[in-house]
Amino acid sequence: MEQIEFDYPAAKRRITKKAHIGVVGSGDMEVLMEPAQSEGANVSITTSVDGFRDSWKAVFDRFFSKFDGAVRIQINDAGATPGSVLLRLEQAVEVINQ
Amino acid sequence: MSQTNIIPEFVSRQSFIELDGRRRAQSLFDEGTWKELVGPFDRMESPWLPLQGVAPQFDDGCIVIKGKIGGMPAVAIALEGAFQGGSIGEVSGAKMTAALDLAAKDSEAGKRTAAILLLETGGVRLQEANLGLAAVAEVISSVLALRPYAPVITLIAGTVGCFGGMSLAAGVSSYVVMTREARLGLNGPEVIEQESGINEFDSSDRALIWAIHGESSALQWA
Repeated sequence: MEQIEFDYPAAKRRITKKAHIGVVGSGDMEVLMEPAQSEGANVSITTSVDGFRDSWKAVFDRFFSKFDGAVRIQINDAGATPGSVLLRLEQAVEVINQ
Repeated sequence: MSQTNIIPEFVSRQSFIELDGRRRAQSLFDEGTWKELVGPFDRMESPWLPLQGVAPQFDDGCIVIKGKIGGMPAVAIALEGAFQGGSIGEVSGAKMTAALDLAAKDSEAGKRTAAILLLETGGVRLQEANLGLAAVAEVISSVLALRPYAPVITLIAGTVGCFGGMSLAAGVSSYVVMTREARLGLNGPEVIEQESGINEFDSSDRALIWAIHGESSALQWA
């Protein structure tokens, strides 16, 4: 199991809603997305699969190239592929943008 | 019919069995009457799974929703089958027991509150061993405490089914409702095959498994 943290200080748009998406099933993950307590966005991942920090970084760099909300993201992961991760994040964004 | 006519119908169909545990529980209640208790944002995770290198879940795979069904106060407790096989651990067990006990307390005070157990579970979570076994005992005693006041209804939709210790909770419920996809039994087919041999029970024989663990026969002994 590995803990991974990222900060995206440039994401400053204020967010008011929160979202919970997904289940920690095999090849899947769950995400909590809510307003950040500090300025900028931060990401905290708990994953059962070790050694994929670079892949997570690439996924979130891409996600925050389009999304600018100051969110706190927490993830529990059971081996979701990068594609599934992005889909779960998009689902969460859909909820907080409603 | 052209393909464009077929696809929207297929995509928009409402199927209970395709919902996750949380959506299943929500779908039972009268609209606008329900709220979730100790939800994922409360972060009541298992403290034991990370110690063993397993990612936990924010609700520990147990979803508790309180509201009204057909105007009657009710609580639905769902085990999420996709997380660790819907297994019951210390936290999920405590959530289940507390929800049943609150329903019994309300019922005793004159506000009859039914309980619906949505069980998709392999039973005790092996990583939490004795704590899971204790949870099963507590759930059973809480079901028995509520049962004289209000119905306790176990609903097994599938496809995980309800096995192990939690099948005992199903057994002491007032009613058990199963779909044709569901299975109910103490030991799962693979366990029986492993312990007693393939001549006793062939866990790859789906017709045999559903003849034994499916609703047509399982409900006769439940």
